[in-house]
Amino acid sequence: MSGIDDTAEVRIERTASHPAVRRPVIEIEDVWKTYRTGSLEVDALRGVSCTIDSGEYVAIMGPSGSGKSTLMHILGCLDVPTSGTYLLAGDDVSTMAEEELAHVRNRRIGFVFQQFNLLSSLDAARNVELPLLYAGVSRPERRRRAVAALERVGLGDRIDHRPGELSGGQQQRVAVARALVTDPDLILADEPTGNLDSVSARDVMTLLEELHDSGRTIVLITHDADVAEAGGRSLRIFDGQFAGADALAAEAR
Amino acid sequence: MNLVETFRTGLEAVVSHRMRSTLTVLGIMIGITAVILTVGLGEGAQQQVGSEISALGSNLLTVTPGSTTSASGIRGGFGSASTLTVGDATALTSKVVAPDIGAVAPASSSSEGLVAGTSNWTTTVVGTDPSWLTVRGRSMTEGRFIVNSDLATRAEVVVLGATTAQELFGFRDPVGQSVNISGQPMSVIGVLNTVGSSSSSSTVANPDDQAIVPLTTASALLFGGSSRNSVSQILIQASSSGTLSAAYQEADAELLSLHGITTATGADFTITSEQQVLSTATSVDKTLTVLLGGIAGISLLVGGIGVMNIMLVSVTERIREIGLRKALGATPRVIRRQFLVEASVLGTVGGVLGALLGIVGALVLPHLISNPITVSPVAAVGAIAIAIAIGIVFGVYPAGRAAKLPPIDALRSE
Repeated sequence: MSGIDDTAEVRIERTASHPAVRRPVIEIEDVWKTYRTGSLEVDALRGVSCTIDSGEYVAIMGPSGSGKSTLMHILGCLDVPTSGTYLLAGDDVSTMAEEELAHVRNRRIGFVFQQFNLLSSLDAARNVELPLLYAGVSRPERRRRAVAALERVGLGDRIDHRPGELSGGQQQRVAVARALVTDPDLILADEPTGNLDSVSARDVMTLLEELHDSGRTIVLITHDADVAEAGGRSLRIFDGQFAGADALAAEAR
Repeated sequence: MNLVETFRTGLEAVVSHRMRSTLTVLGIMIGITAVILTVGLGEGAQQQVGSEISALGSNLLTVTPGSTTSASGIRGGFGSASTLTVGDATALTSKVVAPDIGAVAPASSSSEGLVAGTSNWTTTVVGTDPSWLTVRGRSMTEGRFIVNSDLATRAEVVVLGATTAQELFGFRDPVGQSVNISGQPMSVIGVLNTVGSSSSSSTVANPDDQAIVPLTTASALLFGGSSRNSVSQILIQASSSGTLSAAYQEADAELLSLHGITTATGADFTITSEQQVLSTATSVDKTLTVLLGGIAGISLLVGGIGVMNIMLVSVTERIREIGLRKALGATPRVIRRQFLVEASVLGTVGGVLGALLGIVGALVLPHLISNPITVSPVAAVGAIAIAIAIGIVFGVYPAGRAAKLPPIDALRSE
């Protein structure tokens, strides 16, 4: 629980600028993730706990192999923890079945991947519409919201372009629009600038900051300290544990 | 997500991946076309052979004088006397006495030398009546066949087989020419259509090499014989191949009663069906059926494996897409349905186009090769159904498996 205490000050700081939002979006406690490869067991996460409040901009930072991607997958409900609990906006997702998880991913989480992960056969608007399609939103409404989201990320003039006709930075902005379009509780960005040149990277980071300023909760996963600085709070993960947590726990004793 | 949206999404995926969809449809199409054409060729061959066999007279009974009293074929009864008459033949044409007999032709035959100008040819001369043409299942290439008035007037006319005409007259038109048979001048009135050389017929060695004359003319002028009314055989055509045994019973009973014979063993005649032809026909038919089944099976297997490969590859390269769709909120059920729609659309379009191509091929190919191709609706519908079924199984099954993977594993796959 000391990890949460560690964040308290920062949280107060952030919520000072957004006084209306204070409820936790993410509460994870003692989350373990163990991968089995034959007889070999690897603990990717070893008892991770933290709380992220609504409206926060948190960077989870760590070197490769630290478990940050595993954590991101669990936070994004793309994978389930081996043990521990995960409350997403108050609901326990660690015990949810496949269908419910799909529903949670669809309504509550917006993903921005390092690889963009756009469908190359669909134009920008169609790609942005995809989560709305699975949410059962009607066609005209999907279109309207997709166009609005694309305008929000500055691609109002690229609505009918396919990913192949867009630059990397533009593709990532389409991905951000797709993450926005369902108005999720949480935007999860996994190394969003990893495949971009520095100019495009700065564009995308600026865009994320703007979203945060407008009240979005953003969790950013990165190995880049400069990128991590953009966040209001950064959690360092190392060998499957939050680095600051151990130190603080020791201090508390 | 409702069904309309699912269908639209699947259709959209088909349309937007133009290249992949085209190749898939092409693969299915070629498989179906191959199945339809190979099965069509097989069925065409089967029908051709069947019609050739039926042209030999598979529903034919032959009544000959004398009788066999044992299985070893020793003749007994009244010996070689000519016990059959034109009257017997006439009696058998009665629909009351013999409802299952279609046509009856009395016939006498003898090997005679034919002379036309300087040409000389020995062949079987058959004296018979107009029903012979029906009973034998023959037709004319030119001229006419014997008619009843020829019999009444004992006309000195002859109808030649195609080979006989060729031997005697070469490429000259034989109709209207004169032929000497045993020194008797006869006028050629027609030429029989060729049936192709075959030695299966028990009555004539080569059905294209014979000369047909009116029965009355034959007995009066050519063959002589003990009785002007006696014939050497009566040919009976059953109304169909299914009524052959009924026709046999009727002919047997009627002839026994006409001849005043009370015991079957005392019969002075023998009725033979063309057993050899029948058994040949049956065995050929069986062989062709097995062959056809084999061809259809192998074509379907090959076509099916093609469809299977295309669908498997298509799904495998889309596991990332499945992962992404899942990450964005698609449930496994929605993914499976999308692929079901895609596989059904591709299978149906490919199957129908393949069937059309097969039908066009079946219409065009016979002009290039000599074999007929029969498009079997069963084969066409079956092939389409199997293409769709294989497409669905091998399109939906791997997609369903991919949809069950944790989304992150699917997203990471390359």
